[in-house]
Amino acid sequence: MHAVYPLVLGALLFAIGLYGVLARRSAIAVLMAIELLLNAVTLNLVSFGAILRDQYGMGQIFTLFIITIAAAETGLGLAIVLLLYRQRATADLGEQRELAEPVERFDADELLFSGETRGRGAAS
Amino acid sequence: MNTLAFLASLLPAVGAAVTFAGGRDLRHVKFWSTVPVGAAFVLALLVALDHGTGGTTTRTYSLGTAGGFHVEIGTRVSGLAALTAVLVTAVALCVQAYSTSYLGGEPRYASYAALISLFTAAMLTVVYAADLVVLLVGWEIMGVCSYFLIGHYWEKPEARGASIKAFLMTKTGDVPFLFGIISLGVQAKSFQVNAVLAAAESDTLHHPAWIASLLLCGVLGKSAQFPLHSWLPDAMAGPTPISALIHAATMVAAGIYLVALLYPVFVLAPDVLVAMAVIAAITMCGAALCALAQTDVKKILAYSTVSQLAYMLGGMAVGARSQAMYLLLVHGAFKALLFLAAGVVIHRVGSNELSAMGGLRFRMPITYGSMTIGLLALAGIPPFSGFFGKEGVLGAAYDASGEFAAPGKIVLIFGLLTAGVTAAYSLRLWLGMFHGPFPDAPHEHEARVEAPQTELVPLMLLAIPAAALGLVVLFGSSFSQAIGGWYGEAGATAASLWPSGITTLLSLLFVAGFGGLTFLTWRRDEQADPAVALLGPARVVLLNGFYFDELIDRGLVRPARAAARLVAFLDANVLDAYVRGSGVGARGLGTMLRRLQTGSVQFYLTCLFLGVVIMAAVYAYVGTVS
Repeated sequence: MHAVYPLVLGALLFAIGLYGVLARRSAIAVLMAIELLLNAVTLNLVSFGAILRDQYGMGQIFTLFIITIAAAETGLGLAIVLLLYRQRATADLGEQRELAEPVERFDADELLFSGETRGRGAAS
Repeated sequence: MNTLAFLASLLPAVGAAVTFAGGRDLRHVKFWSTVPVGAAFVLALLVALDHGTGGTTTRTYSLGTAGGFHVEIGTRVSGLAALTAVLVTAVALCVQAYSTSYLGGEPRYASYAALISLFTAAMLTVVYAADLVVLLVGWEIMGVCSYFLIGHYWEKPEARGASIKAFLMTKTGDVPFLFGIISLGVQAKSFQVNAVLAAAESDTLHHPAWIASLLLCGVLGKSAQFPLHSWLPDAMAGPTPISALIHAATMVAAGIYLVALLYPVFVLAPDVLVAMAVIAAITMCGAALCALAQTDVKKILAYSTVSQLAYMLGGMAVGARSQAMYLLLVHGAFKALLFLAAGVVIHRVGSNELSAMGGLRFRMPITYGSMTIGLLALAGIPPFSGFFGKEGVLGAAYDASGEFAAPGKIVLIFGLLTAGVTAAYSLRLWLGMFHGPFPDAPHEHEARVEAPQTELVPLMLLAIPAAALGLVVLFGSSFSQAIGGWYGEAGATAASLWPSGITTLLSLLFVAGFGGLTFLTWRRDEQADPAVALLGPARVVLLNGFYFDELIDRGLVRPARAAARLVAFLDANVLDAYVRGSGVGARGLGTMLRRLQTGSVQFYLTCLFLGVVIMAAVYAYVGTVS
């Protein structure tokens, strides 16, 4: 089999996953898209392990690691989503904006001398 | 002997330190202010007696090096120093004793007495200094003490103003003075007075005219001569004993003393001597005319001091070092007497104004007697000391020849004129204070009686030298020999102080003329001020000191204030704008960046991804290029 097929498949999977992570609003969908990203990476690892004739099987070992970590990550992620839903009654990521600080109004008048900060050196 | 001199300058400083440290109890303060000064007086007398005539003895201890130059603390006792120190300590002792009752009840008496002691110590440091750097230290301490003492009544705005004015004006002279001292020391390769004098005598100084004129600036500031004179009349805002001290013994005497000490340097620069004579002529005549117009008793005396100091400076300008120093000593005695006596009168009358006084001769007989002696000496009436001092200077100006001929003419003409005006204002002061009708202006001190003993004893003690110091001229040239002749060295040509011929006749004529005119004017109307009739429309100009302060205000103070306002404006609106701008700019940039912080995690991730893509693209591009 030509090596380009698994690599193209991995790239497609990664692109779909990336789109899901960046564009989907639902937290569950985003979690699923993250799984797609991880699977794209594992596919690449396995393919490159085969293409490069890796005699230690590092690609496959890493793949096993990633599958394990992905399972744990999904568990944690789902727990967070559940808590989010319980508290806010929504899992829409587009509405979670508490991290933003309100933008301060910027005034050019601050450049000018204001009487209250007049120093002691000023002549009376 | 040098140890005694050192102790004499140290004792008042110790007294000042003790008074400053723990002076709350009045008796304690009185003890520590008078006794060390008294001991210093005794020591100064011993030094003067021990020193005898001629020669100098120097003993110094190394204080350290300053950039290749050696600074040494120590004392240099010459005839000049010994006699000046006696004058300083005697006047300081009288002032301290007088102050115990004059200011003894005031809340800030302790700091006042301590400052007087410190002032005395600083002056003695100047007098006995063997090193110009040490002299400069004493010189500057005097400046600080005068600032504090003139501003003793700091509740009054005019006292605050006067103290700042005195400080600024004397400092204006002190800055060139410092440069003069430095260049003198650098060229003589030592700051030792002996080395400097030796260098001046062997004529190894470069540009002596520059050095002499720089030194002269400091002298003009300290001794209140023409461009820098107006602080002294304003200094009358301080307590009267301070005026006695400043005018007779310390501060103003220091300037003339310095000229006498470094006289060989000045003699090397004939142009500076001419400038000195011109300044002295302007000052002596102008100040005497101002004194004639003043209505404040203390201001009359202040202008009189300025005028008399100009006499001394004029004497220095015509090569009459001995005569000028003699005038300094006798002037110290009679001017201290005049101020202390005027202080007694002012305290009893409750006003400085001449118009509030009159007819006091029966109520205050001792003050009257001593003040009369002082004024006779000031006016230059023959048997009294001031006459011989003035005649010495005028005679020397008349006899001046060679390089002193030009300054001699200037000093002689203006000196004779000033002698007349001096007699006029002395007579006016005397008549106004003690004679004529008793003014019925209402005032709080109804009982005008004689002052307490502590104030009268110094008056009587000072009246003795004011009257009798003239006896010194009987010994011919021995005074001149004692202070080192006309040039300041042992064995130099000594001048006789005996008044000679034509100038005496002329000055007596002027004195009689002006005095008689004043007396006749006064006789016509005993209640009116003779100055009004004598001076006419010029009186207002003279009362304001030729509007000299107004001139300074227009020419210096207002431009300086305008410049200060400009600087404040530039500082607040231009310089600070940059500082504020950096802060505001950083915040503006931050605000712009903050718009990216939407709170949307997905947006952040998109940015992250874009960043990675850009980095990868750049990496790939760089990889293909290289």
